Amino acid sequence: MRYLTLLLGVLLVILSACGGGQPVTTADSSLQGLIQADGSSTVYPITEAMAEEFQKRYPGVRITVGISGTGGGFKRFCAGEIDMNGASRPIKAVEQATCQANGVDYIELPVAFDGIAVVVHPDNTWVDYLTVEELRRIWAPEAQGQVTRWRHVRPEWPDKPLNLFGPGVDSGTYDYFTVAVVGQEGQSRGDFQASEDDNVLVQGVASDPYALGFFGYAYYEQNRDRLHAVPIDDGNPANGEGPITPSPETIKEGTYQPLSRPIFIYVNAAAAERPEVAAFIRFYLDPENAAVLVREVGYVPLPDRVYTLAFRRFEERITGSVFGGGAQVGVSLEELLRREGE
Amino acid sequence: MLKDGSTISGAGRWVSYPTWRYTRDVVFQCVALVATLVGIIFLVVFLLEILRQGLPRLSWEFLTSYPSRRPEQAGIYPALVGSVWVVTLTALFAFPIGVGAAIYLEEYAPRNRFTAFIEVNIANLAGVPSIIYGLLGLQLFVRVMAPITGGRTVLAGALTLTLLVLPIVIVASREALRAVPPGLREAGVALGATRWQVIRDLVLPVAFPGMLTGTILAIARAIGETAPLIPIGALTYVAFVPPLGLEGLRSPFSVLPIQIFNWVSRPQQAFHVNAAAGIIVLLLLLGVLNSLAIYLRYRLQRRLQE
Repeated sequence: MRYLTLLLGVLLVILSACGGGQPVTTADSSLQGLIQADGSSTVYPITEAMAEEFQKRYPGVRITVGISGTGGGFKRFCAGEIDMNGASRPIKAVEQATCQANGVDYIELPVAFDGIAVVVHPDNTWVDYLTVEELRRIWAPEAQGQVTRWRHVRPEWPDKPLNLFGPGVDSGTYDYFTVAVVGQEGQSRGDFQASEDDNVLVQGVASDPYALGFFGYAYYEQNRDRLHAVPIDDGNPANGEGPITPSPETIKEGTYQPLSRPIFIYVNAAAAERPEVAAFIRFYLDPENAAVLVREVGYVPLPDRVYTLAFRRFEERITGSVFGGGAQVGVSLEELLRREGE
Repeated sequence: MLKDGSTISGAGRWVSYPTWRYTRDVVFQCVALVATLVGIIFLVVFLLEILRQGLPRLSWEFLTSYPSRRPEQAGIYPALVGSVWVVTLTALFAFPIGVGAAIYLEEYAPRNRFTAFIEVNIANLAGVPSIIYGLLGLQLFVRVMAPITGGRTVLAGALTLTLLVLPIVIVASREALRAVPPGLREAGVALGATRWQVIRDLVLPVAFPGMLTGTILAIARAIGETAPLIPIGALTYVAFVPPLGLEGLRSPFSVLPIQIFNWVSRPQQAFHVNAAAGIIVLLLLLGVLNSLAIYLRYRLQRRLQE
């Protein structure tokens, strides 16, 4: 029995050795409290960066960020368990109903643009661009077993296998891509290499000269030397003439359509009355922070005007969603401005 | 294959067996060797790759820094402390409950249908996928017991992991009790000791090393568990550690496997290096626990023999 006491003693010593030490900062410690955020893994890096910088200024505030996915996050958010939810798509009608049933009011705030890159192997010399119509032909459910070689997409392309890579069906990126390209959420062919881990997709396309894949723009940006992004032509001259290559500029201008989208945070309106939460959201929407931090973690910041509008939206505590519910395609800058201005 | 070794040398002197019999023997030996090596080779390749990637990243800063968007500044401190918190509590809960259950089942319980039923269930529980424990913990400890645990906290996580490792602790402790020679108990009883005296003074000291080893190995398993802690809400970004003392029990937390998983799924290569370094930290922690188990067993057994 003596050894049990000894063992416990050792563990306690380890524990206490780990316990000390708060981050050393010379900042405002008047603000106290705990802010709980959860939601999409797409929004996570932004919230993480914001929390990191915010806590340097206000060390008394503790912020936690989870990754439950957009839908999983909304479940917790609408149950009133968390203060804010990161969402890679607008809130769905069902989720709105749940929130309403639980008496949770929310403020919807756009925080960045995210693009979806369509990529091929760098040795792929034939793909100069793809139209949305061609993408639809490749990814539509009826393409299964039919469009299996590059020649099937365009007759002048080589008679080589067409190996497809894409995110798993649980991801918001997949939802959005199917809405934007196939036209129906969650509808696509099933015979492609799917992974919830985008790094697996990067690896897959980078090691297969006949591959075609799509995933979040940030993953392309980090692997430029191993991948080639395909310019996309949506056939609508209003969004820029001809095929458009994804880049921070084209995503921001809204010319890289339909594969760019705004991403959001949803703030619990009751929680927003707490001073620490309000301070964090103001920090989040401050164009000076957003422009730097959003870019740093691989996303495209919104123009300052949109942040200002979102800021006003928050200050006036305007609740509810400006979207009809669910993933929406082609929400460009103009559109977002108009809706935020309402 | 030959039935037993003696036939080879015994029979081989007089009868010349066809050589294919020996060839077959050699072939089978090779197959068995390959089967052994497959696992080890994969493990060695994996470890070397992890060490190559992560070792240069490992530093005191890495151990004592908070997570960050900048991979080179990010550290594993809250996850490490969270893991230590959770497994320490898990050990504190699982050991007395597990040993108590084992003592009851081995020493007191009558052999009837009811105990047989309990035994079958414990054996089955050991095989339940860990995510199921996570969902159970979510409902029981996070929701129902929220006034006590405070929701998604260290305490809820530790209680969930306790459920997960309990069957293993019970099974290991029962094995340890069964290994105690029955003569020891009989001698005690013959001298007029009560059952409790026999257990306390004769059986437990002998069985203790085995129980401790079983518990520590179960705890080592709990350290690497991610699945049951995801529904409990072990978080990815936590820039603080649970305060020492009772309030720490009700603090949000993160653990090593979840931090590692988060880093692996990031686009930046530098985060993958962090993940490798995190894996080394996790392996070291496991190594420390396992050596502790071996050391304790060695010490206690030697003390018994003296």
